[in-house]
Amino acid sequence: MTIQFNDETFRDDYSFFNSERAIKRFPFPFHEDSYMYSVNMEQHRGGPVDSIYEKRFDVDEHYVAEMRDRALVLADDPLRCQSLPHMTLAGWDLLELIMVTKSEDYPDLFKLHRDGNKWRWVNKPLGIDDKFVFLDETTLPYGPMEYITRQAQGDFCVLDQRDDNLWMDAGMVTTQADWSLDFDIGMNFFEWHAPVPLAHEKGIFVRALKFLLNIQQGAPARRLNWTMTVNPLLDTSPENYHKWGIQKTTLTPKNIGAKQHLRVELQTFFRLPRSNGLVFPIRCYLCSFQDIMTVPKWGRRLHRVIRDLPEELATYKGFIDNRPMMLEYLKNFDDGLPTSLGIWPEIDTEPKLQK
Amino acid sequence: MSGIEKIQVVVTNIVRLNELVTRFEFKRTDGKLLPTFSGGAHTVVEMQDGEITRLNPYSLMSDPMCQRAYAISVRRDDEGRGGSLFMHNKVSVGDNMVISYPINLFSLDLRAKKHLFIAGGIGITPFLAQIKQLDRFNGYWNLHYSCRSESLGSYVDELTDQHPNETHVYYDDKDQQIDLVKLLEGQPLGTHVYVCGPKGMIDWVCNTASKEGWPREAIHYEEFLAPKPGKPFEVKLAVSGKVIQVGEQESLLEAIEREGIDAPYLCRGGACGQCETAVIDYAGNFIHRDHWLGEDEHKSGQKIMPCVSRFEGKILVLDR
Ligand code: HEM
Ligand code: FES
Repeated sequence: MTIQFNDETFRDDYSFFNSERAIKRFPFPFHEDSYMYSVNMEQHRGGPVDSIYEKRFDVDEHYVAEMRDRALVLADDPLRCQSLPHMTLAGWDLLELIMVTKSEDYPDLFKLHRDGNKWRWVNKPLGIDDKFVFLDETTLPYGPMEYITRQAQGDFCVLDQRDDNLWMDAGMVTTQADWSLDFDIGMNFFEWHAPVPLAHEKGIFVRALKFLLNIQQGAPARRLNWTMTVNPLLDTSPENYHKWGIQKTTLTPKNIGAKQHLRVELQTFFRLPRSNGLVFPIRCYLCSFQDIMTVPKWGRRLHRVIRDLPEELATYKGFIDNRPMMLEYLKNFDDGLPTSLGIWPEIDTEPKLQK
Repeated sequence: MSGIEKIQVVVTNIVRLNELVTRFEFKRTDGKLLPTFSGGAHTVVEMQDGEITRLNPYSLMSDPMCQRAYAISVRRDDEGRGGSLFMHNKVSVGDNMVISYPINLFSLDLRAKKHLFIAGGIGITPFLAQIKQLDRFNGYWNLHYSCRSESLGSYVDELTDQHPNETHVYYDDKDQQIDLVKLLEGQPLGTHVYVCGPKGMIDWVCNTASKEGWPREAIHYEEFLAPKPGKPFEVKLAVSGKVIQVGEQESLLEAIEREGIDAPYLCRGGACGQCETAVIDYAGNFIHRDHWLGEDEHKSGQKIMPCVSRFEGKILVLDR
């Protein structure tokens, strides 16, 4: 399928939009009518055709615009990309993983030619055609992790594995849900998860870490996480909270359908072969409430989930103040009919809204 | 869900190094490249030994950057349950085999200023790959390698030829011993010590280093236990509703797999924790052999590591 890349922005005039195809493949994160943290991990081995699960690294209509936005963030704040000295090999691992998989999964967009360590990388959407020597940093304009993640959607945490723990020792983080790489750099799994409510008590992080430490080469895993964002902003970082935090107060019953976005992260986990590190790509998908409401099943369910979500979670995710207004809007799309299990839209089989 | 990817390979070379150790080389059956790996990784080799399927872990000793072939070295264990005997006696060049993707439970700490390797006997194998990895990036390392005798010194010649300044060899039959305290005291700040060899050696190095004040994170060890034979016993598997017999020559994990139950594992040597299984009921004695569970857990009668541990008694019910 050829992809038509959107000309759009994630700041200022917010011209971001989802095509009909993008709405249909939006990763709606709720498989039932309620939500609680869980160790919701599964193998990352493809999925339904044209779903965001199909390819190892999903490339969609927002690719070019997202990469433009990343470059703007980095120009303002270079500390969004950091790599401790011992993480260079893991950076090469990541570059290799992305180049090899993208050229296999999207042969019409990306090409990789390898002749021993002499590599040529062609990225057609971004107009890049570079020759370099694999494992020789001096032949690239940036370090290997920065080079490749300037060309890949989503944030990337590159974790070192040692002492039965994972350490956030490198990353490219410009599209995050209110956490900071500069703050978390060098921390371990329990330290950077410290602010999360309820999950520690439920033993979720102990089990999740055990799972991650045992992820093996060739057997990647994935999970979904979600939050809420007012305006289609990619960069909701603590560093820029003064810019986006106040936008939450601009929500009105009239503009909420267009302005309020459900923000979903497709998180994947890959073992890195040469360094034995782990990479954690966090791919962010945004969808406005009004676009979600075009899928009757999602409309019914979103209302129920947001209505019944524990207060701690709504507070942590930063929408407790706007929750009443959201529910006023969402209840119009909930007719009380039952919903089918699973995240898929099921437009053809679920009844239309009975209101 | 064991979740380990498999690779179909063909045995392309078998080299007898000495009386006890033989090297096996594998290439992919489909002619494609093998995955790269990191020094210290092992692969689990499947052996079809008559009725029994054995899965034994062996450290990869070839160059981690080389994707054409993998190499392992197997030490013959005449008293063991036969995995190494199978490799030595029944495997020939041209045979098709199945091995797992590389799994690393003994990786280098890439922050280290210096890597100090201490090897005993066949414990040299993971270091061979780590040395190749470090050489490629100009890493700083030293090896202290203890062997029984000159004739059993696998890879000594290769190591002393290529790395005369880094390699130090000690022969038991000449009463040569590593002066460990002195060695540890002489290391620069930021050194990490790695030990692989017999259990006695691992304990000796770990304990001495701790006593010398080395931080826990700077001490790394790998010991694969081979499961030991033992008296047959009966197990009830509560989840799958089966009663199975564990034979004298098979491990509990192998018996569970033989019944078609997909149980988790990674190292099959009591080290990784992946196979940990809850005990629902028992009457008898556990023979715990792993080094994953703590002493308290061993005594509690609530957990067992089926890859290496066994049981003697009337009743054993597992949550599997
Ligand atoms: C190594 C991979 C992972 C990395 C790098 C990572 C990183 C993070 C970070 C930076 C946060 C934000 C914390 C803050 O408020 O400052 C977070 C939140 C969270 N993480 Fe992870 N995480 C990883 C894996 C996992 C896994 C496997 C789980 C499985 C349950 C998990 C569950 C959560 C949850 C529930 C939250 C709260 C999210 C929310 O409510 O929006 N994480 N993670
Ligand atoms: S499989 Fe590793 S401890 Fe049993």
